[in-house]
Amino acid sequence: MTAELVANVLISGVLTGLVYGLMALGLSVIFGVVRVVNFAHGEMMTIAMFAAVMLFQVWGLDPFLAVVPVAAVFFVLGYFLQSSIINPFITRPEHSQFMLLVAVAIIMVNGLLMIFGPNARNVQVDYQLESYEWGPLLFDAARLYAAMAALVCSAAMFAFFRLTLTGKAIRACADNHLGARIVGLNVKHLYALTFGIGSACVAAAGCMMVLLVDVTPLLGPAYTLLAFVIVIVGGLGSMPGALLGGVLIGVSEALAGLVITPSAKSMFSFGLLILVLLFRPQGLMGRRS
Amino acid sequence: MFSELNSRARGLLVALAMLLLVLPFIASNYVLSVAVLILYFAYTGQAWNVMMGFCGQLSLGHALYVGLGGYTAAALFVHFGIGPWAGVLASVIVCMTAGALVGFLAFRFSIGGVYFALLTIAFAEFTRIGFDHWQWLGASGGFFLPVSQREVSDLVNLRGSPTMFYYIILALASAALLFSTWLLRTRVGYYWLAIRENPEAAEALGINLFRYKMLAVLISAGMTSIAGVFFAFYYNNLFPEQVFNMGRSIEIILGPIIGGVGTLFGPIVGAALLTLLADGITELLGAFGIELSGIKQVFYGVCLLLVTMFLPNGVWPALSKRLGVISNRNDEE
Repeated sequence: MTAELVANVLISGVLTGLVYGLMALGLSVIFGVVRVVNFAHGEMMTIAMFAAVMLFQVWGLDPFLAVVPVAAVFFVLGYFLQSSIINPFITRPEHSQFMLLVAVAIIMVNGLLMIFGPNARNVQVDYQLESYEWGPLLFDAARLYAAMAALVCSAAMFAFFRLTLTGKAIRACADNHLGARIVGLNVKHLYALTFGIGSACVAAAGCMMVLLVDVTPLLGPAYTLLAFVIVIVGGLGSMPGALLGGVLIGVSEALAGLVITPSAKSMFSFGLLILVLLFRPQGLMGRRS
Repeated sequence: MFSELNSRARGLLVALAMLLLVLPFIASNYVLSVAVLILYFAYTGQAWNVMMGFCGQLSLGHALYVGLGGYTAAALFVHFGIGPWAGVLASVIVCMTAGALVGFLAFRFSIGGVYFALLTIAFAEFTRIGFDHWQWLGASGGFFLPVSQREVSDLVNLRGSPTMFYYIILALASAALLFSTWLLRTRVGYYWLAIRENPEAAEALGINLFRYKMLAVLISAGMTSIAGVFFAFYYNNLFPEQVFNMGRSIEIILGPIIGGVGTLFGPIVGAALLTLLADGITELLGAFGIELSGIKQVFYGVCLLLVTMFLPNGVWPALSKRLGVISNRNDEE
């Protein structure tokens, strides 16, 4: 095992990890504000992946361009999912919320299965075969573009929550629900907006992910678990934490594939999760509540 | 023990018990297999309910205990020729140790709520992948028990007819119900309810949270491991992808949540409803000649969604009122 090989595996891990990070960012934002764990997150990701594949197959739309329509549609769907189904559950106990989203997840996975069948699908674009060389280091073009796009989307999210009035209002809801209501914020509307934004995030991540992996309906639960691991490692509710967690998990998966066997890669992630929960339960970048 | 049930409730219970006892003589093999499934989920639901329903600790990784229990007994049987009755003891010990590990790590560092739930998933998934690569136990290719003649029932080695397995799981489910009823009447049961309702207040009253939460996890893990042994000997095969799967954990949880968390009859009602629902949908779709993969689960999901939305406390509290059954007060919450 040469240093070059390790370095290249690390690069690929970091780049994939940034896309994971964007996916987890959606989950983290939703939990941070609405305080509901979205157990259908990975399922939403696979729906977005199928949407990107379909747009590509029917109209030849590049997955990076597909981000815009798919994310827009997901924003609207997320908004309505929250305002119609999830809002009444805000005050219910955790297991009740869990049941609700598990039911939504079951419908999503199997709906996809009904429509698309169990076979794997993918997109084929020219730049998937290209790569950039920098000395001994290799950067897959598709992976590099996806990682950059994920960074751009994440930066847009940060800017939204830091700079815009709506973003600030949403953060106010997250900090103090009662206080937000007292100053006259429409909390339910803001919750729905947040869920819409989180959905748009995961949709964008899904469009990028189709360039890296083949998609089947049954990927959903695996992505849900992956997103959980990432946000817990990074800190549930922390936006930079989600990106950091994504990169850590991306790297640990890539290294596990190199050191042991690819099928054991998520054992590394879960091991990391258990360690983080034990020694820093609020996550690497989370605040202690 | 059921002194707080009224006469009508007792009548219904006795009628149900009679029906269940004679079921193998009047029902077809298919009905019997559905009944086994219902009782299996009633049992595992009861076990999970000890932890969540009584003590308020949400576990989403109970497949861990089913899998560990099943694999322990099966490995002892296949590799060392040790029968399931001794094996079940080993399974309980292994699962209680695993439960102690999860509980110790979580409660020691006061991890609760969503974080605890996710920790239980993580342990189950971690173990699943570990077993996927453990050659001695067949790895991902699965671990098989020798299948013997179905006509002769060998109770010592748990090799026999579906009827034998039916009575075993019936006994287990009934025992779990009695055990849970008894637990709720003990001092520990009241401590649990106090912890579930308000941990800070419970602690202020001098209840050692760590000790009693641990006890709930240990009992729940031990009970679930027995279901794992049953699973292994009933189906004769174990695949890590199946037994440790998160989907399995969810299956265990659905019954008690749909039936009514924290109630004694909720897990049973929930298990019956869900199993009959799943089978009913299969039959119905079969009758209409619809064969589309996934459609059954979509219906199932929609039903779950509706129940969760419109019956927040589960089916049993609503049903028991409708039936005119006044159950004990702990049971109502």
